[in-house]
Amino acid sequence: MKSLLFRPVPEQITRLSLAFALLASGVFLVRAHAIPQTWLDREYHVKSTLEREANRPRRFAGAQACTECHEDQVKEKAEGNHRTLACETCHGAAGKHVEDPTETKLFAPRLRDYCVLCHAYDPSRPTGFPQINPALHNPLKPCIECHKPHAPVPPETPKECAACHGEIERTKAVSSHAALACTACHDAPDAHKVTPRLVRPTKPQNREFCGKCHGPKSEEKKAPRVDLAAHGERYLCWQCHYPHLPEGK
Amino acid sequence: MQRRGFLAGLAAFLAPILGLPFRRARADGPPEQAGGAPPHAAGKPAGKPRRFGMAIQVDRCIGCTRCMDACKAENNVPKEPFFFRTWVEQYTIKTDGELVVRSLKTGNGKPSESVPEREIMRSFFVPKLCNQCDHPPCVQVCPVGATFRSPEGVVLVDEERCIGCRYCIQACPYGARYLHPDTKTADKCTFCYHRTTRDLLPACVEVCPTSARIFGDLDNVASPLTRFKRMKKIHTLKPDLNTEPKVLYSDLDGVVR
Repeated sequence: MKSLLFRPVPEQITRLSLAFALLASGVFLVRAHAIPQTWLDREYHVKSTLEREANRPRRFAGAQACTECHEDQVKEKAEGNHRTLACETCHGAAGKHVEDPTETKLFAPRLRDYCVLCHAYDPSRPTGFPQINPALHNPLKPCIECHKPHAPVPPETPKECAACHGEIERTKAVSSHAALACTACHDAPDAHKVTPRLVRPTKPQNREFCGKCHGPKSEEKKAPRVDLAAHGERYLCWQCHYPHLPEGK
Repeated sequence: MQRRGFLAGLAAFLAPILGLPFRRARADGPPEQAGGAPPHAAGKPAGKPRRFGMAIQVDRCIGCTRCMDACKAENNVPKEPFFFRTWVEQYTIKTDGELVVRSLKTGNGKPSESVPEREIMRSFFVPKLCNQCDHPPCVQVCPVGATFRSPEGVVLVDEERCIGCRYCIQACPYGARYLHPDTKTADKCTFCYHRTTRDLLPACVEVCPTSARIFGDLDNVASPLTRFKRMKKIHTLKPDLNTEPKVLYSDLDGVVR
């Protein structure tokens, strides 16, 4: 048994071990030299990735960069309703412009189609966010004619009811009630113009309101007369006659 | 005795061959724990790395898709509408209880066509992006270790090492990864690593008009992000998966998946 290690090595063992040694050294050489270091060294690979990611080009300059030259606009914006917007939200990525302000100019949206990206009505938008229906709200007129983009405020509150209630106004205009002002029947407080849903105008409540003009004792010469006591006494007038377009001229 | 001697000789013979190539592999440990080295931090003193996180105030999002456009411009994301690092989903709960979810397209300011308004019970937008999980499933499945967590907790992809096998894209429960058609490697949100390591905000946070997104260091004592964490009821997406996301949501509806 003891002599096993000291016997002459059989030839096939020598050849096999030679082949094995060649294979092993080949593997070792390939790993050490042919395969790039990035494939093997984890630390190197993490570090090179962090460096590559950190050194990617930056297209957006950041809000601070704009304040260095455009003080007035930044100040105006900071006090207006657009104070939460970055300059680059509307003007686009400013990285190149900051590097060379004369060579690269920024885009300034002047048309309707840009503002409606945020301000078109959408049922998913949070309640209270200012929204308009672009098809109805002064169609084809650029937004910046009335609203300053850096400090937008709602333009002066319209005095006439038709600004919002256009459909009713147009209907009434061709009716026999055309001569009546809206306020003849509706009492609209000023606050209704500011918070239209919280403060609502009044509506006529009873038959006697219509009877002021249409009753037998009315002083209106042209208004058709009815006997309130005999004419549809179980109903309110507007259950049959639409007040904004009453039938008959 | 002879057998022991033989084995010892064999071990001595094989050690340089087998030992050398595998020594490094053993020293590595799992990918997640390899962030001990000081970070590459330009302009920041060495020390404890920051832990980046993002907060999203769902009730502020107006679905204007500025974030999606900015992300594409900043990060070379292909212009095609189906490649995104961040995206906005429109959730609509109908009056009959049905849920309709659709992803917004960039440059889309139109009202939703999918559901007639009188059928809507509640509708809102949910911005989404990579959650930069503390236990990221995508990192676990990568067969070549090309994706890992940076010292700041941001999950990054080594595009030189990635073989484009798409395992991570399948594994991500949030659908935050895609295969970049040019490099043919996995691509994902990096929290704008090239900006945030230089104290700039990520592009999507920078352009958000309603401040629906808040970015910062989760470990910071006083910042808009930590204030958000204190004052709001925090939700994360798919918390049951224990991925520990670092994108936090407030006012999140229960139907959001």
